[in-house]
Amino acid sequence: MSEETTDVLVIGSGFGGAIPAYHLAAGGARVTVLERGPRLAAEDFAHSMRLGTYNRIVDVIQGDGISVVAGNCVGGGSVVYFAASLRAPAFAFERSGSLGRRIWPAALTRAALDPWYERVEEALPVARTGWQDVSYAGGVLAAACRRSGHTCNPVPVAVDTGRCTNCNWMLSGCRFDAKRSMLLNYLPGAEAHGAVIRPLHEVQLLGPSTESGYRYAAAYTVLDPGDYSCTAEVGVIHAKVVVLAAGAVGSPVILQRSALPLGGIPPAVGRYFSGNGDRVSVADVDETKVRTLLGLSRPDGAAYEGLPIGRPITAATYDYLDPAAPEYSRFMLQQIYFPPLTNLLARTASAPDWFGVAKRSLRGRWPSWLTLLAMTEDDNEGTFGPPPLTGGFLRLAPGLGRGTMAYHPTARTRGGWNTADDALRAILEKDGLAQVRPWSEDVAGTVTAHPIGSVRIGDDPAGSALSDTHELRGHTGLFVTDGSAVPASLTVNPSLTIAALAERAVPAIVFRAREAAVDVTYGAPLPRP
Amino acid sequence: MTSRDMRRRDVVTALTATLTALAAGQVIRPGAADALGSTGGRAEAAGESWTTQTLEAFADTLIPGQRRYPGDLAVAGAVTGPGAVQAGVVDVLTSPDLPLAPLLPEIAALLDARAVAYALDHLVLLPVTSPPFVGLSFAQRTDLVAGLFRPGTPDRPVWQILGLVTGLAFDTAATLDTAQAVAAAHPGLAWLHFPPPDADGLWRFPQFSYGRALADTHPATTASGSPA
Repeated sequence: MSEETTDVLVIGSGFGGAIPAYHLAAGGARVTVLERGPRLAAEDFAHSMRLGTYNRIVDVIQGDGISVVAGNCVGGGSVVYFAASLRAPAFAFERSGSLGRRIWPAALTRAALDPWYERVEEALPVARTGWQDVSYAGGVLAAACRRSGHTCNPVPVAVDTGRCTNCNWMLSGCRFDAKRSMLLNYLPGAEAHGAVIRPLHEVQLLGPSTESGYRYAAAYTVLDPGDYSCTAEVGVIHAKVVVLAAGAVGSPVILQRSALPLGGIPPAVGRYFSGNGDRVSVADVDETKVRTLLGLSRPDGAAYEGLPIGRPITAATYDYLDPAAPEYSRFMLQQIYFPPLTNLLARTASAPDWFGVAKRSLRGRWPSWLTLLAMTEDDNEGTFGPPPLTGGFLRLAPGLGRGTMAYHPTARTRGGWNTADDALRAILEKDGLAQVRPWSEDVAGTVTAHPIGSVRIGDDPAGSALSDTHELRGHTGLFVTDGSAVPASLTVNPSLTIAALAERAVPAIVFRAREAAVDVTYGAPLPRP
Repeated sequence: MTSRDMRRRDVVTALTATLTALAAGQVIRPGAADALGSTGGRAEAAGESWTTQTLEAFADTLIPGQRRYPGDLAVAGAVTGPGAVQAGVVDVLTSPDLPLAPLLPEIAALLDARAVAYALDHLVLLPVTSPPFVGLSFAQRTDLVAGLFRPGTPDRPVWQILGLVTGLAFDTAATLDTAQAVAAAHPGLAWLHFPPPDADGLWRFPQFSYGRALADTHPATTASGSPA
């Protein structure tokens, strides 16, 4: 067993880990990043759905009532995400949710976070897109919105649109280095300043360090690249400051397992878990009506038949983000593409709705599907059960696991989903343009790619595990900066908010590092894109 | 004795015969996964194990296809054209990339036990020459499978995983590189009309947009394109 020291230990290398890793390393600290997944680069990302390709870097983790899609590689979710880069609307920061009082810390409003949003938009960078960037699928949503009296926006993305080939394989990582993942900005920036990134290192346990001057010790296992459920070796690393960013279904599990050695953890760890209110629907679009009602046709003569073409997210309507509307009734409707891995979940109008003869016929019209994501206001009703012996979940197969989280939607969450379903039908079923059905919950519960809230920030110790500086209550120098810190659903894709919060957390992390005699300063320029 | 009692007695007699035959080993039910691999997905009625037939019938219930040959029992023949069986579901279930193979005989036995219980409940006479689940009609298989996925079903996670893998076989050609699968007209990908890649095996869509404004944008959009 190896034993070593570092100034700052970063656990996880997605948005929440890469951003602090860069700033701490650039400021002069010794930074070590331990990442559970493998390290891949553009040439390794395969345009393939063969088992052994995408499922090396993406996990589907099934819990009780919810399934989570999560990145599992250096760069984390930023490598496999769809790069929609939206600031959360101002009202999202004012939500009360199930607490009956404001959930977010008093220090955080949209205006307070705007400067940090600007920084990450510059660093990634984020491209503001125009109609020429909107895919056929996004175009059908936009035209249907207009026809039903609604607005629709091209969605800003962290993509170099000049390099993008519109291949639609974003879940597999970007073969063309067009997606501005952490692999292209913060992580190489951190390494240029001496940070060490170790893939296939899974942290299992945190506890107090026995080394003088070091606050924490982390025990990790090194995973077999061919089978992540096998351990090749074990080690311990001592750190003066720990940044935990193992993802919203990873970080709470590590903390739960560490409760005893840490001398207790806040009661909000592993509670208030949210899927960001995600609700996916499939519209079965009538090609003839795309032409006659919407007046659309492609250069090759087809009307639509465009589901597999273009970037996964290109258009959304902001019309249901009215700050004056009651909580649980606001949402964004966004066009989205999922690879056919999720086809099983699409539903027909008649029982049995997700399998059988009619469902097979629906599959035959796959290019004419339009997939939609509603991001609603949910109730943070998810909880994590006792942790597994190792890892974040029980690995059943490569890319598939059984997690300990439970999510049983409350009536308010379901009410929000129903409101979004109604809005979607009003737009897309008008005059028979399409038939819209939300994904079945029979096979995987509700499905989210946006897990948040499981170790959240706040002002109230009962309702939040972290202070407004992302420090775990009662544990000086232990910070959580990933999606688990986001306190409530945002009604937009959470990546930009996770990144902005991580940027905002850095000065406090630097302060704690300096307290522990680390010679580090804050204020390095953003990594060069 | 009513006709209903009579029917129930016939069913119980037939089920008893089936279970007795199973217990005595008179009905071949090889458990080894390699037996699956040697016959899976091929049009050889005689060589198919009970495990294979049962799993094929389950997959055919989720994504039906046409019978492969006269007398095909596993595939119910509810449609013409390809289904999960034609798309290679057995190859995926037994793939070395998944750890399922050793568990398949037990999973099939569980499904067959469910079919026996279903037959008892619904007064269905099952033949003794095929696995109980295969002995059900397509409508009965459909009814049974719908029940397996209802919340509260104790072994629901087993069927969820079997369902996911069945979907992967048809919708993603999970044991094949996608470019090769498209080139070889994989039945599932062909059914979806999955588009072909460029000559180098990578996908690019130079034409992807209607290229014009199709709606007014929201008046409160910020400079970065976000909602206010």
